[in-house]
Amino acid sequence: MDEALLRSLTPGVLAVLVRRGADFAAAEDAVQDALVEAIRVWPADPPRDPKGWLVTVAWRRFLDATRADAARRRREDLVDEEPPPGPVPAVDDTLQLYFLCAHPSLTPSSAVALTLRAVGGLTTRQIAQAYLVPEATMAQRISRAKRTVSGVRFDQPGDVATVLRVLYLVFNEGYSGDVDLAAEAIRLTRQLAAAIDHPEVAGLLALMLLHHARRAARTAPDGALVPLAEQDRGRWDTTLIAEGIEILQAALARDRLGEFQAQAAIAALHADAPTAGETDWVQIVEWYDELARLTDSPVVRLNRAVAVGEADGPRAGLAALAGLDDSLPRYAAVAAYLHERDGDLATAARLYAEAARMAPNLAERDHLTRQAARLNARRGR
Amino acid sequence: MAKYLLLKHYRGAPAAVNDVPMAQWTPEEISAHVRYMNEFAARLEETGEFVDGQALAPEGTFVRYDGEGRPPVTDGPFAETKDLIAGWMVIDVDSYERAVELAGELSAAPGAGGKPIHEWLELRPFLTEPPTITE
Repeated sequence: MDEALLRSLTPGVLAVLVRRGADFAAAEDAVQDALVEAIRVWPADPPRDPKGWLVTVAWRRFLDATRADAARRRREDLVDEEPPPGPVPAVDDTLQLYFLCAHPSLTPSSAVALTLRAVGGLTTRQIAQAYLVPEATMAQRISRAKRTVSGVRFDQPGDVATVLRVLYLVFNEGYSGDVDLAAEAIRLTRQLAAAIDHPEVAGLLALMLLHHARRAARTAPDGALVPLAEQDRGRWDTTLIAEGIEILQAALARDRLGEFQAQAAIAALHADAPTAGETDWVQIVEWYDELARLTDSPVVRLNRAVAVGEADGPRAGLAALAGLDDSLPRYAAVAAYLHERDGDLATAARLYAEAARMAPNLAERDHLTRQAARLNARRGR
Repeated sequence: MAKYLLLKHYRGAPAAVNDVPMAQWTPEEISAHVRYMNEFAARLEETGEFVDGQALAPEGTFVRYDGEGRPPVTDGPFAETKDLIAGWMVIDVDSYERAVELAGELSAAPGAGGKPIHEWLELRPFLTEPPTITE
């Protein structure tokens, strides 16, 4: 059974229950139960209408739960209100669910967990494993999140930007476990793109596809990071790149630029270069200028300095660093790289070692230590 | 079964035999070291003795309560702090002897020149839950 297909039905089913009057938290629990039941039953007895099956089972579970702990009258009202069985509307309230799960009243970690469960259909255990926390902790996080949004009206229009930030987090900070969170983020963003026509949704989807395309080439067999310039471009996924570029071009044509489109444009320019040496750094600098205009983020200006270093030489890159706070994450690594390109190996080695000490993860720390070691070995010769 | 913490220090442990800063190794020596560490953890997972392993950033902050209605006071990092934890591994093993054996293996990770670092690791037993049978 295709679990991803099953999970893709989750938000639609949940939305039907909420529309029928179930409160969000109880409906969400009922849908989880129905998913578990589907995994058990479907392999031997696949339903003709999977979504209809899930709605029926989830609704029954919801009524059972309601009977167990709520007033009998309310349950009877709901039974009266139950629409006749039949095909469920195709255009569902998936979008409202995205808004609810990314509601501004939620902290980022709560929004991420709730989105993965209520929209993504993942179990609490899978989400806990993915974020390396105990299952009980994740269960608490999710139920608190559900309580937080319980008063939000389901048909309230939401802000797409908050949803995009949540999906970006899922993609960018996916750790481990048996669920591929990057792939899950792409699936959820695709589903969102199908529910709403918005250039930034398309931009984020393109950005994810273009980065996902390079994933196999990003790490060496021993787990070491392989920088972009040294990646085996033959291992990039050309199908994903083509799709990402097509989605991006359609979005850009609408002339409503946003930060995800600009980031995707930079990724697309890298993806387009047959070799690192053929990268169109001048255009990349222009996109960083756009991005800086859109976000005014020091991280963007730091990345821009790298691009300037490639386009106009390391001295120009170092000049572009001026004025940036040297305590910025990865500042030392960028400075090290530019000094190495400028031929100042002693400074570069010192900065690489400093960058390694401040690295936010082990893979980067090892990589930066290797860079320092490489330069020290070369200087020693 | 008993749980032990294997502590690795940035500072505070006696000097290792093969005590050369990592940035002075060759890139290949670094790769060999990382491989050894990964394989060690993977082997303990295989034997059912691995519990957890984490690395810490070298710099931290000291924080303390500063009274009702006041934000906590933060201080540091202190360059002169004598002891600095680099990371740990938690193992769940049958005996103290097994814990010592594993710590010895971890300390043999290759360093400069491809030779074992002979790094001092600190081995600390976890305090356990009280036993069910008391007499």
